[in-house]
Amino acid sequence: MLAALAAGLLCAAIALIFFYAPVDADQGLSQKIFYFHVPIAFTAYACFGWGAWKALLVLWKRKPGADQESYVAIHQGVIFGALTLITGSIWAKISWGVWWTWSERQLVLFLVLFLFYCAYFMLRFSVEPGPQRENLCAVYALFGVVLIPVSFLAIRLAENFIHPTVFTSRGPQMATSQFATFCVALAAMIALAGTLYRVELLGKRLDARLRELRELLT
Amino acid sequence: MSVSEKYVAAAYLVVFAFVVVYLAIMALKLTRLEREVGELTELARRRMNG
Repeated sequence: MLAALAAGLLCAAIALIFFYAPVDADQGLSQKIFYFHVPIAFTAYACFGWGAWKALLVLWKRKPGADQESYVAIHQGVIFGALTLITGSIWAKISWGVWWTWSERQLVLFLVLFLFYCAYFMLRFSVEPGPQRENLCAVYALFGVVLIPVSFLAIRLAENFIHPTVFTSRGPQMATSQFATFCVALAAMIALAGTLYRVELLGKRLDARLRELRELLT
Repeated sequence: MSVSEKYVAAAYLVVFAFVVVYLAIMALKLTRLEREVGELTELARRRMNG
């Protein structure tokens, strides 16, 4: 059901991006990258946030399976984070003439957030499975979530802007048709992430049960 | 095709390629799990038959 919704929303988003949303007067066709780049970045933040929430449940309620859910959400977040960096670099190359610039806090902070969560896997796989690993990973995931608002607000705190600011305190700075397209693309990305999260989680649970069954039978 | 069009196409292809690769990995995993279920079913059957 969720997979069908994700597929439908993705098709609708692509149709709206290329046939409904107007070509930006300032940036031209390259602005079309915005409709995937920003929703992917927001989805990465949402995945990290979900991972942190599950990590909190590990520490707070000792909920069985929450550790694995937190891990899968962070894994999704890292994948969407990598996609944000790649699509952002492509957009930067057209708009600014460079693939990357270290002078932009928004970019550097997103890279820091991404690398922080990449290191999560090094921590996870360097500790033996068990309560100690669950606690360490949960604490690490909760620390990482603090970087999300910092990364999101960095552009508003920056003094010299290259990276465009679309969402301000006065609302989204774009036409209604552009905002509607953006909302559909965001819903599509969240539905896609939700589908991949459920599929990956299902695979991991099935894998664990089969391993248990094999141990019982042999 | 203009330079802008090429870059926009590249950005969208990256996302599309990710979805395809992810689905391929999941399909491979499902194939492995299906094989394991078959092996375990066979093992359980042999156990039951003594």
